[in-house]
Amino acid sequence: MSRLRDMLDAGEFVITGEIAPPHGTDYSAMLTSVRTLSEVCHAINVTDNQGATLHLSSLAASRVVLDNGNGCEPIFQQTCRDRNRLALQSDLLAAWTLGLENVLVVTGDDPRGGDHPQAKGVFDLDSTLLIDATRNMNEGKDMNGAPLSGATDFFIGGALFPEAEPWEIALERAHQKINAGATFFQTQAITDTEKFARAAEALKPTGAKLIAGVLLFKSPRVINFINEKLAGLMVPDWITDRITSAASPLEESIKIATEQVRELSQIADGVHIMPLGSDDAVVRIINDAGLA
Amino acid sequence: MIITKPRDWARIKGNLEELGAKRVFLMGCGECATVAHTGGHAELMVAKSVLEGAGYEVTGLVVGAVACHSGGTRLEMRKHQHEIDAADAVVVLACGAGVQTAADAIAKPVFPGLESAFLGNVIRNGVFEERCMMCGDCVLDKTAGICPVTTCPKGLLNGPCGGMWDGMCEVMTDRPCTHVKIKQRLAEQGRCRVARIEPKDHSAKLKPGAVSMRPARDAKKAAASGEGSGS
Ligand code: SF4
Ligand code: SF4
Repeated sequence: MSRLRDMLDAGEFVITGEIAPPHGTDYSAMLTSVRTLSEVCHAINVTDNQGATLHLSSLAASRVVLDNGNGCEPIFQQTCRDRNRLALQSDLLAAWTLGLENVLVVTGDDPRGGDHPQAKGVFDLDSTLLIDATRNMNEGKDMNGAPLSGATDFFIGGALFPEAEPWEIALERAHQKINAGATFFQTQAITDTEKFARAAEALKPTGAKLIAGVLLFKSPRVINFINEKLAGLMVPDWITDRITSAASPLEESIKIATEQVRELSQIADGVHIMPLGSDDAVVRIINDAGLA
Repeated sequence: MIITKPRDWARIKGNLEELGAKRVFLMGCGECATVAHTGGHAELMVAKSVLEGAGYEVTGLVVGAVACHSGGTRLEMRKHQHEIDAADAVVVLACGAGVQTAADAIAKPVFPGLESAFLGNVIRNGVFEERCMMCGDCVLDKTAGICPVTTCPKGLLNGPCGGMWDGMCEVMTDRPCTHVKIKQRLAEQGRCRVARIEPKDHSAKLKPGAVSMRPARDAKKAAASGEGSGS
């Protein structure tokens, strides 16, 4: 039984982190991250060829987290970009067989932005349709309705961007995912708490759980990268100003994240911290925010 | 119409060199490739001077009326038989369909002179956009006449994806997100929004596609002649 689901169902505040599997087979660095993050996180997202760049599969890496997380659970990620409906369903069956219980379903970045820009993007299903297919597996059927010899019981999540405009369309999309079977959302990095509150308010009647994304704006360079390269994200001036004028940008980013976590903990069901490699910072943020 | 783009000259040259070809016959297309300004008479003249500049002899050239039309292309080739006979290879400035039709009709090696890019809408003279990929399972009925399969770079049926920003597309940042446009147009038309478009039936896209409108016609003819024959 997914502990992440149990905690959220019980109304407990959850903390999730994120790791990227290695670009290769040596996962020792990832293991170090897992050990650090598992001190304070309840679950860790294991990205799936994030940014359309090649990494060890989320399937294998999630299993490493399961085996080494000391109770901190992996959140297996599935992007629609790299696999058709056969491969996606097959991987989901594999994930369940390997003991992975939490899955986050995302569309995925376009291959043109990654390290294999010549790759064919698959997108046979979109995230809503894959959420639906996953829910079907929980009900013991494949996406055509044919019975499976052994069902899954995934805790199914989707991605949400509460700061997206036009918001009505983003909200409609969230409802669509909930209707398809998503019961929790992890959001993209939040920079505007009021907009997050708007989303939380709008989705309250659905009972879906909202885990707010918090990104470490570590340096002016990272901010530039986000503004130029990361789709759908613009760092607001108040953050840029504080980071660029700080004696230690990393320290300042930890301060900002801590403030955000404190604020978001009043309105969200959890926080999802994306440390961009500074795993120790996650431990500090959680401690400093008084959540440990 | 089919949109074609010029093909890298080095590749065409490579094809000719590999064959040791020195004399070339050129063929264009009077329909799409002419409208696309890639394989009409003007472009054949440019290709001719490029070839001649590189030391090749051009034995002749023709702009076929419709390069992908089997009968028409065969007729055209027959008219230029002696020029083709004098050539070592034929380069066709038409889409891949035109190239194959020519290759069927000619005993000599035939090479593509263009890249076939997409089925395009003519926005205005010389400006083309891909709006349909001929998927065989059209969803335009549900999407207010805007094709997400083609115009969303990810081809998502249900969107927008998480990268949509201020109504604009994540991948092609200078364009509005297809799914935002679809939802806005549906709302403008007062149509209730579609909850979800179900996964596409890719088996509907037969590859290779083949359709014959003739069996009915042939059957009719046979029936007519049957009636007339009496005994
Ligand atoms: S849904 Fe298919 S057939 Fe319809 S416009 Fe799009 S690509 Fe063409
Ligand atoms: S922003 Fe819209 S059009 Fe662009 S890839 Fe995402 S869903 Fe498709």
